[in-house]
Amino acid sequence: MGNTSSMLTQYDIEEVQQHCNNAFSQQEIVSLYERFCQLDRNGGGFVSGEEFLSVPEFAVNPLSQRLLTMLDGLNFKEFVAFLSAFSPRATVQQKIEFIFKVYDSDGNGKVTFNDMLDVLHDLTGQFISEHQREQVLTKVLEEAGYTKESLLVMSDFVKAYHA
Amino acid sequence: MSSGKGGELIPSSSELDLDRPNIEDYLPSGSSIQEPLGKLRLCDLLDISPTLTEAAGAIVDDSFTRCFKSNPPEPWNWNVYLFPLWCCGVVIRYLILFPVRVIVLTVGWIIFLSCFIPVHLLLKGHDKLQKNMERALVELICSFFVASWTGVINYHGPRPSMRPKQVFVANHTSMIDFIILEQMSSFAVIMQKHPGWVGLLQSTILESVGCIWFNRTEAKDRETVTKKLREHSQGVDNNPLLIFPEGTCVNNQYSVMFKKGAFELGCTICPIAIKYNKIFVDAFWNSRKQSFTMHLLQLMTSWAVVCDVWYLEPQNLRPDETPIEFAERVRDIISVRAGLKKVPWDGYLKYSRPSPKHRERKQQSFAESVLRRLEEN
Repeated sequence: MGNTSSMLTQYDIEEVQQHCNNAFSQQEIVSLYERFCQLDRNGGGFVSGEEFLSVPEFAVNPLSQRLLTMLDGLNFKEFVAFLSAFSPRATVQQKIEFIFKVYDSDGNGKVTFNDMLDVLHDLTGQFISEHQREQVLTKVLEEAGYTKESLLVMSDFVKAYHA
Repeated sequence: MSSGKGGELIPSSSELDLDRPNIEDYLPSGSSIQEPLGKLRLCDLLDISPTLTEAAGAIVDDSFTRCFKSNPPEPWNWNVYLFPLWCCGVVIRYLILFPVRVIVLTVGWIIFLSCFIPVHLLLKGHDKLQKNMERALVELICSFFVASWTGVINYHGPRPSMRPKQVFVANHTSMIDFIILEQMSSFAVIMQKHPGWVGLLQSTILESVGCIWFNRTEAKDRETVTKKLREHSQGVDNNPLLIFPEGTCVNNQYSVMFKKGAFELGCTICPIAIKYNKIFVDAFWNSRKQSFTMHLLQLMTSWAVVCDVWYLEPQNLRPDETPIEFAERVRDIISVRAGLKKVPWDGYLKYSRPSPKHRERKQQSFAESVLRRLEEN
């Protein structure tokens, strides 16, 4: 007796489910809550960056720092909403929106050349020079009909994804 | 896991449920990172979903945290008939068994100390006799400890013999592993120095069986310890070394990577597999959640500690093997015998971050694929 899910009431589960637009079933939310409590070792109600980084599989991911800025200090409801893009019930639109949010670090709805360069830097580390990165990105952008100065918005991402 | 007829391992369904949330339900299928082909386009650079999916997968469940999760037995006292039975059980365990066990342990300590202190002080000159008596006394107090938990231990395999150039390795679940093994034959152990009463015991009594201390936090410590290990294993009259190469307590369902230190000493390695029966008590000592005192109290208020100990066939370094491969081979032998799932992580990641080279490897492979596809024009 004394299962962590007993601390989550039916009302809580429904509230979380509504907040993530039914991306997860109630049983999945219960499992996610167990996981959240497991990660939140000091019981503060949110998982800190340090606690996320203590998962070695997460720490070795090239995008972990970027994701940490989005994950830091989230409570459980927001945590589930964050993960909703990864649910099998998530639409392609939702996934693209999530990817857009990862790129758009200042949250102003526009992705600049530098934003894309930063993400490419995270993914390739020191194995491509700065110059080569710019070259690759410029070339690929021009082929898709954009320029270095273009500011991409959500619909551009959708278009590129469906190309 | 329960053993089938021929010793095969059959996972019980409750274990599959408790073990982890079903990760396949959270992640979209087809998220494997296939090698993209053809010319590099904008969507290939923008589509970071494989990396994101890996990250989300790690957030939702990861094999490292699973190794250190305590798995309490399923509650069975949930209805009106079983609950009174459970209450009776609690009363018997806490009010009858526990006091009896405390008495047994106290008697044991009194006998032990009244023999050990004289032997330690008076037999200073007669080294061999003193050593043998101290060994016998340590085995005695360990037997008292085991009795205080109503330990039912099945030893399988030939009893270890006292030979030089021999090192014993075992999987690690709790500090009681040492007590269980020491009960049967005297070992010298290498341990992390603990604070409190455990530390006191370590520096007085365990010194007599020849223990070696290390400190995880000290960087230079590794070399000093390796030197001490080597010296000890070459000594003829020393107790054989018992090493837990995992370096940390794991929950008896998984095994983490073995450290190669024990396998580079140029000695024969005798593997020992220890498996606790979880029906009676979960013997995993989660040092982040409980102090050792609380852990012992938990054991003393349970019905019994039931476990199997297998002394396995001694192994030697093969001519074409590196110490790391040797360590993995021995880990394989122990994991198969004790029914443990192997996990490719270093136990010390509990205390520190993984080295950047793992991330760099991923970055390198992605960088190479981008450059390669850029050429394909």
